[in-house]
Amino acid sequence: MMQPQVVVHSLAYLTRAAGMTMYVSLAGIALGMAIGFVVCLARLSANYGLARAGGFYVSFFRGVPLLVQLLFIYYFLAEFGVDVPAMAAAIGGLGMASGAYQAEILRGALNAVPSGQAEAATALGFSRAEIWRRILLPQALRISVPSLINEFTLLLKASSLVSVVGIAELTRVSMNIASSTYRPLEAYLGAAAFYLAINLCLAGLGNLAERRLAAGSLQ
Amino acid sequence: MSFEVLWRYAPALISGFGVTVLCWSMGAAIGLVLGFVIALLYRLRVPPLRWALRAAIEVIRGTPFLVQLFLLYSGGPFIGLRLEATTAGVVGLGVYSSAYFAEAFRAGFSAVPAGQIEAATSVGMNSRDILWRISLPTMLVATLPSIVNLLIILSKETVVLSIITVPELMYQMQTMAAETFTAFDAIFAMAVFYWLLVEAVSRLGYRLERRVTAFMAPAAGRS
Repeated sequence: MMQPQVVVHSLAYLTRAAGMTMYVSLAGIALGMAIGFVVCLARLSANYGLARAGGFYVSFFRGVPLLVQLLFIYYFLAEFGVDVPAMAAAIGGLGMASGAYQAEILRGALNAVPSGQAEAATALGFSRAEIWRRILLPQALRISVPSLINEFTLLLKASSLVSVVGIAELTRVSMNIASSTYRPLEAYLGAAAFYLAINLCLAGLGNLAERRLAAGSLQ
Repeated sequence: MSFEVLWRYAPALISGFGVTVLCWSMGAAIGLVLGFVIALLYRLRVPPLRWALRAAIEVIRGTPFLVQLFLLYSGGPFIGLRLEATTAGVVGLGVYSSAYFAEAFRAGFSAVPAGQIEAATSVGMNSRDILWRISLPTMLVATLPSIVNLLIILSKETVVLSIITVPELMYQMQTMAAETFTAFDAIFAMAVFYWLLVEAVSRLGYRLERRVTAFMAPAAGRS
């Protein structure tokens, strides 16, 4: 039968691993947001070369599996003398892949803001920077929050892959616990509980952000 | 690299790819329909229903697909739910993706300007026509890129089905790698197959997007 003490005994170990998972994921999310914003701007730009470069970025980082990207950054670059530290490879890999997905989410949301609004703001004498900061971004963010939270929860779960570059995150640690106690079910359920808890926090943050950003809309 | 091995295993690999595409497309279809229904139910503004849907969405998004699939396939028989591996895989993919699609659709609905719905109501459109002719075409502009994102992520998630013995691409690859000790060839072939699939999905997505944003083109040209 189930032996919950397996999880209780290794709780400190699991908690530390959960902290590592959270650290890597949050850093990846932040990096992904920055990259996603830049790539989205590039894709929407009137400059043909920039738009194509943005399109290529998205198709490359969505098309190549994250595992392959991580292995490439950590092992393949080392062949050419570029020694990337494990943590940088993990965060960079997650962030660059997530950036491609976030760019697409933002692009959809920006497309959905009626073009009349930017035109009206131009007519009222708003500068381009102000139009972005006060008109386009707040609305695009409101529209994209649910999809962004989708992406963040997927990134958190994908962070289990960074164990291939030698980072002791939640999945790797629960595998270790499973193999040292011969109780895989308990160990993995313990890890799943941690993932669920972190994702619930992310969803809660999303809910808050959505309410805050919806303050200006009539719906 | 040995092409001879790949050639010998080609029938198995192609049939595996076929199973992958089949499971993915059926799972995605179930997920899209279910997700759309969830997003519609969410809009009814019945509080207990909303809480129940929100709880379901967060639990499904919060836990790994592997865990859900195990619960369905290995835990199902305990409550009398005995599914074939492939059926369990398709149903699992459908339920898992429905939570994500529901959120994407919800985001889309929030992008439809309230004035458009009000205008449609005032010209006498009924709520079904408003949904299909006003809300849906407008929301697809915001939500199609996210849906393509999710379809791509879902296609990579299908490798998990190999664990419950669905004979999809990963399963065939592992068989080949184990029988011929050609791990590298297997990974290489796998990458090619998945790249084909992802590229096809993104292209289809861009074409659809051009179709649904067609009404915006003249306005953008003028500004």
